[in-house]
Amino acid sequence: MQTDANTAPSPARIGFVAGARVAVGTPALVLAASYVGFGGFARDNGLGLDLVLFSTLTAWALPGQIVMIELYAAGAPLVAIALAVALANLRLAPMSTVIMPVIALEGRPAWRLYLAAHWVAVTGWALTMLHGPGRPRAERLAWFMGCVLTLWAGSLIGCILGHLAAGIFPRPLSLALVFLNPVYFMLLCLQDLRDRQRLLSVVMGGGICALLHPVLPGWSLLLAGLGGGTAGFLLARWLR
Amino acid sequence: MTWSPSEAYMAALIGALATYLWRGFGVAVGSRIDPQGRFFAWLSCVAYAVLAALILRLIAFPAGSLAELPATARIGAAVLAAVAFLLLRRNVFLGCVAGSGAIAVAASMP
Repeated sequence: MQTDANTAPSPARIGFVAGARVAVGTPALVLAASYVGFGGFARDNGLGLDLVLFSTLTAWALPGQIVMIELYAAGAPLVAIALAVALANLRLAPMSTVIMPVIALEGRPAWRLYLAAHWVAVTGWALTMLHGPGRPRAERLAWFMGCVLTLWAGSLIGCILGHLAAGIFPRPLSLALVFLNPVYFMLLCLQDLRDRQRLLSVVMGGGICALLHPVLPGWSLLLAGLGGGTAGFLLARWLR
Repeated sequence: MTWSPSEAYMAALIGALATYLWRGFGVAVGSRIDPQGRFFAWLSCVAYAVLAALILRLIAFPAGSLAELPATARIGAAVLAAVAFLLLRRNVFLGCVAGSGAIAVAASMP
C-alpha cells in the first residue's frame, strides 16, 4: 500500500476511492433493493437475520442464495442443495475468467486474484469491465475492490432492512416484498433472452421443472437445469 | 418450517462453497479455456435453465407465505409484471412495481 505518507497517494488508494465512487450511487441502490427483497424472502422462509447476513457475506450471489433457501425449505438433501446452487451460479466462472486479465498486475502473487474472485458478481463485474480498461494497470485491482466492497456493504444494509421490514409490514406489503425477488429475476431473465440458445434453455428448463416438481421437489431444480440447459444447447445447434 | 441452526448454517456454508468454486475455477483456467467457446456456452445454457426453473418454482410452487395466495393470483401478477415490463420500454423497476403491487392488491382482497 502506501510506502511514504509524504508522497502523492498510491495508485492503490486512488483506484480504491475511484471504484467506490462509481459504485456508491445507482448501482449500490439497485443491489441494496434486491437484497431488501432477499431479506424479506429469507425471513418468510424462517431464516434469522444472522443467517441472512452470513449467507450474503460468504456467498454474495443472489440466485444461488435463493436456491439455497428454497431447497432447504423444501427439505432437499444437502447434496442436492450444493449441486443446484453450483448450477445457479455457473455464470460466475466465465465472468471470473474474463475479468482477471483486466485487473491482474504481472509479478504479483496469484492469491490476491483468488481472494478478489470472491467478489466477482454481476454488478461489480460489469462496472469493472466498463471502467477498468481505462485506468492505469496499477490502480485496477484496488479499483475493483473499492467498487465491490461498496456494493457488498449496500447488499448487507439491504438484507437488514428487508429482514426488519418483513416483520413490521402488514401482510399485503410483506407478501409484495417476498414477491420482489421472483419477479425481479423473471424480468432480468426476460431482458436477457436475445439468442435462441438461451430462449430454448429457459423454455426447456421451466418445462422440465414444471413436470418434475410434483414428483421430485428436492431434485427438480438440478435436473431441470442440467437437462433443460443441455437440451437447449443441443437444440439450438441442431436448428442452426 | 423450523430449521435447526446448525443445519441451516451447514446449508448456507455449502451454498457459499459451491459459489466460490466457480469463481476460483474461473481464475484457475485463465486463458486455457476460451470464454466465448463451446464449453462456456453450454455452462451458460445450464445456468439459464436453472434460473428459469427457479423462477417457475418461486412463482408456481412457493414454499413460504406466498403459497397462501391462490396460484392464479401469483401467476397473474407475474404475467402483469412481464406485460408492464414489455410495454414500459423494458424497465425492470416498473415491472417489479407492477408485479409486487398486484400481489399486495390480491393479498388485501377479503
